[in-house]
Amino acid sequence: MTVVTPHPDPVAPAPGVRPVPASRRRTSLPGRDLLGVVPFFAFVVVFLAIPTLVVVIGAFTSDSGGFTLDNLSAVGTSYILEAFGRSILLSAVTALVGAVLGGLLAYALVTAKPDGVLRRVVTSAAGVLAQFGGVTLAFAFVATIGLSGFVTVFLQDNLGINIYSHGVWLFELPGLLLVYTYFQVPLMVIVFLPALDGIRPQWREAAESLGGSTWQYWRMVAMPLLAPPFLGATLLLFANAFSAYATAAALVSQGSPIIPLQIRGALTSEVILGQQNLGKAMALGMIVVVALVMWLYAVLQRRSSRWLG
Amino acid sequence: MRISVARTVALLAASTTALAIAACAPPEKESAASNSDAAKAASVADLGGLDKLVAEAKKEGQLNVIALPPDWANYGEIIKAFNTKYGIKVNSAQPDASSQDEINAAKQLKGQEGAPDVFDLGGAVASANTALFAPYKVATWDDIPAALKDANGTWVNDYGGYMSIGYDSSKVPAPQSVADLLKPEFKGKVALNGDPTQAGAAFSGVVMAALGNGGSADDVSKGVDFFGQLKKAGNFLPVDPTATTVESGQTPVVIDWDYLNVAQGAKLQGKMDWKTVVPSNAVVGSYYVQAISKDAPHPAAARLWQEFLYSDEGQNLWLGGGARPVRADAMAKAGTIDQAAYGKLPVTSGEPVFLTEAQTAKAKESLATNWAKAVG
Repeated sequence: MTVVTPHPDPVAPAPGVRPVPASRRRTSLPGRDLLGVVPFFAFVVVFLAIPTLVVVIGAFTSDSGGFTLDNLSAVGTSYILEAFGRSILLSAVTALVGAVLGGLLAYALVTAKPDGVLRRVVTSAAGVLAQFGGVTLAFAFVATIGLSGFVTVFLQDNLGINIYSHGVWLFELPGLLLVYTYFQVPLMVIVFLPALDGIRPQWREAAESLGGSTWQYWRMVAMPLLAPPFLGATLLLFANAFSAYATAAALVSQGSPIIPLQIRGALTSEVILGQQNLGKAMALGMIVVVALVMWLYAVLQRRSSRWLG
Repeated sequence: MRISVARTVALLAASTTALAIAACAPPEKESAASNSDAAKAASVADLGGLDKLVAEAKKEGQLNVIALPPDWANYGEIIKAFNTKYGIKVNSAQPDASSQDEINAAKQLKGQEGAPDVFDLGGAVASANTALFAPYKVATWDDIPAALKDANGTWVNDYGGYMSIGYDSSKVPAPQSVADLLKPEFKGKVALNGDPTQAGAAFSGVVMAALGNGGSADDVSKGVDFFGQLKKAGNFLPVDPTATTVESGQTPVVIDWDYLNVAQGAKLQGKMDWKTVVPSNAVVGSYYVQAISKDAPHPAAARLWQEFLYSDEGQNLWLGGGARPVRADAMAKAGTIDQAAYGKLPVTSGEPVFLTEAQTAKAKESLATNWAKAVG
């Protein structure tokens, strides 16, 4: 039996890995141990807690500075609700597509040699591409399949195919679906690979020697073990797409179809003024959506851990 | 686990450094600028003449401007001319920012060296923020029509124009009216400069479409309907047009201010025949607003900038960019206007429409709820 080392998995502990018991005898003052964590806490306070507070307080503040519920009720207007709907749809679809495609790709990588060239190349490529977003990514797509992108022009000149015969979809929601999927897949590979690495070939051998079919192995061993990290990774992808702003801002200039773009409009519009706090109320709405998704994830986690019990 | 004293000290040092970096905001400089004589001057006479103002401004040596694209109303040339004439360094921040961004910058950078000295704003943003402006009357104050300035000099209109359709005449036939844009020849070719719920130019573009589509200044919903039809026909191009997209042929038709389209045509001379037309009986006009920041870090340079803009030279520079300077009528009478540039302005037919505040407010409401539906 080889020793299993814990994986540095950002989403969930890899299956089959038991956490090391943390009961170590303390010989020093607890306060001194905390010292090393102070920078981290300071960072979290400055860059997470304070901005969140600003958003929450601003959402309930009127333009003149008093308490109001107007901003929240304004979030209920049809065009903002529709933008929320489109944002959730865009994030959910790209998260699911990214999770399935990325999961399959990660599985293919696990079957390759662990320190082979293929795996090393694909994981480093995934590492780069998962962080490839914003204006650069938008520009890459515009240059490739934009109106005068080289693929568009090639298809039109040589094959007579006009990919924009039904409207310029790249600069609308369908374009965002495509571009977001592009960075979701590699992110899934990165976060799901450690979980797959935790699946040991011995288990499969054990299942087979006990007379189990492939289907039974997947249904009773691998799937229950992989479900929590898969769900966790999908959730991460959802949040990743839900909060993405720069890519959409660089691509979409009309109609602000999704919430981050609506917030941009509320903060910088030179036509409709005094919406700063409405922007904060929308941001609060985004926090609520992510909190709901987290709660749903926790429920699913609990359900799926029963299979493991 | 034993922690040595040295390690404790190191940890402590590391954490305090991190804290210091995280909590460090640039210190507010309580500069003397806001208390100087120049900051209190409401006209050049208050300082004892133009030479005094020039001397003060040269002492400051810098001017911060914001949201002035070099190809917008000739601002690139204007900045260059100001710099050459007075030797004052012009720091141009965020050339593509919106009017609201200018106000945000003034508030966020208040008391700092990099805060904007002067504003060039859309009317709506200007009238909502007059508390941030320092009243100042330029030497040529009397030439400016009373309707186009605040009586105390808190703000002054600077240049204006009419909504127009710019087009690449090698790709599309000349549009005469707004309705022409629905023709099949314009498929996938018509762009609007910005999102009308965010950018003033695009907002006026929708008003123009409303006038050309049987609506009026009181009811811009017809304009939103028009863009809805344009999208249905496949003619609407949801791309934000810039000089680059025009030059590369991505946006062959652009709805924008006439001075921007005219400037675009001048820039592309020899490469592309970019023409500008103000559609008949859908003439929407609007003036932009100049103001000096109350908290300007360079109050003398800010006032000198205004004097320069409203001098014959500055007005003609705006005109050279295709914009109609606010002193145009007075200068035409006095014979100081650049006749060649004046003659180049697009011809308009029909009574120009300037939206009142009430009409603007109503139009915005209608746009906020309906625009995304029409083009989304």
